[in-house]
Amino acid sequence: MTFWESLYLPAIFKGMAITFGHMFRKKPTINYPEQKRPFSPVFRGLHVLNRDEEGRENCTACGLCAVACPAEAITMEAAERQKGEEHLYREEKYAAKYEINMLRCIFCGLCEEACPKDAIYLSETFAPSNFTRKGFIYSKENLLIPHPVNEKEKYEVAKGLREEQLKNK
Amino acid sequence: MISIQLLMIDLWFGLEKLLLIGAIISFSLVVAMYTTFAERKIAGFMQDRRGPNRAGPFGILQPLADGLKLFFKEEIIPLTSNKSLFVIGPALAMLTAMLTSAVIPWGDHIEIAGRTISLQVADVNIGILYVFGVVSLGVYGIMIGGWSSNNKFSLLAAVRGASQIISYELAMGLSLISLLLMTGSLSLKTIVEQQMQGGWGGFLGWNILYQPIGFLIFLICVFAECNRTPFDLPEAENELNFGYHQEYSSMKLGLYLFSEYVNMFISSAVVSTLFFGGYDIPFVDEIALTATMGANMVALFGFLAFFAKIAFFLFLFIWVRWTIPRFRYDQLMDLGWKKLIPLALANLLITAIVILALNK
Repeated sequence: MTFWESLYLPAIFKGMAITFGHMFRKKPTINYPEQKRPFSPVFRGLHVLNRDEEGRENCTACGLCAVACPAEAITMEAAERQKGEEHLYREEKYAAKYEINMLRCIFCGLCEEACPKDAIYLSETFAPSNFTRKGFIYSKENLLIPHPVNEKEKYEVAKGLREEQLKNK
Repeated sequence: MISIQLLMIDLWFGLEKLLLIGAIISFSLVVAMYTTFAERKIAGFMQDRRGPNRAGPFGILQPLADGLKLFFKEEIIPLTSNKSLFVIGPALAMLTAMLTSAVIPWGDHIEIAGRTISLQVADVNIGILYVFGVVSLGVYGIMIGGWSSNNKFSLLAAVRGASQIISYELAMGLSLISLLLMTGSLSLKTIVEQQMQGGWGGFLGWNILYQPIGFLIFLICVFAECNRTPFDLPEAENELNFGYHQEYSSMKLGLYLFSEYVNMFISSAVVSTLFFGGYDIPFVDEIALTATMGANMVALFGFLAFFAKIAFFLFLFIWVRWTIPRFRYDQLMDLGWKKLIPLALANLLITAIVILALNK
């Protein structure tokens, strides 16, 4: 070591100048949850059960999504459409109970690829937190998109910015 | 009669001193609390991120949250530890950290209701020697903590800590002897008053202008005494499993961590008093100011100036901690014994020669 190096002090002062300079730089920190980073248009978030334009549920409880799911997170029970329920369900078979266990789901999107009726897709919402395990099992009511005719505003909000992002691309 | 003579002891004096002690202790604790907050914030800023800013506006209530968290944790006393010593260790560390604040002059004097109250708890005429004695006692806090944990890592860390502290005490004492040659008195109040006599409102009297090397040595030794990086081997997280306070939990750990910050605060106060003029306001003539504003306001401004100097030194502590890596143990001992002591002796020699030449 040279004499100046063995003093330790000149090197220490240089280091201190660098750290001092860093104090005044712009910080790349983002104040979540007030500010959020934008996700890409193909981000796989929470599941949504789709309806068609008149508001009828698309899902026919065929079970292809449950079979495709690698984590076995989807369970369902089918039921037959009765006489007066034509405006509710699209086809004769519908899902009476449809549950997704968010703790098992790995958000891979295979259920979205497997569905033949365009009934389930993964939206851009981030999965929220909860205090109990039970709160993570989402039932059909939690997953259905709002009615496009009866609850128009909620439907528009639930559709999200995905279409615009894909159009702008 | 004897009883009447005993009652003639000035009860007001005792009350003043008690209030002053209470004020100083609470002030030290509050400043130590916010030093922990300042450390996290400044560390964040130096690392290109923001520090804690969720608890209260700008994170001001963070130290309160930390303190409450420590209170709520479970108190674990290891089965095979030495139970009485286990409890005494942190108490001793905090005690010695607080004891030093008794001889520091926090301001000149204030006048309330015709009585003159000096803002120093005990103006003993061996002020610096008392500070040294108490700092030497600080070794006990670490050793007892390490020994009573019944843990080989703690013991090793405590032994390292104790050896580090006693090595750097020597250089500290030697650098202060050169200061003593200049001031001729050990009392801290006298040292501050002598520094206030200098020109430019007291600035030219500050001891750092006459003892720069002594200041440097003293500052390095103060870093070692407070176990701060680069000398923080006793509490090294990576090497020694968190050091001599690894077995402690809840408020005992809180006392250890806190006493480090109180030590930092008091050491900054001692350094400011000895080398930077204490409560002297630079470039301001205090005597003329007292005539115009009254003693209380001057004392207040002096205290604020003192606090500004202490704040600068606390910032320096934090700045150095987040810049330099820590010393290896043999490099640490090398620095203390083979480099700082000869340098302090050389400083002493030069000071003595210069004083002798000037007095002729």
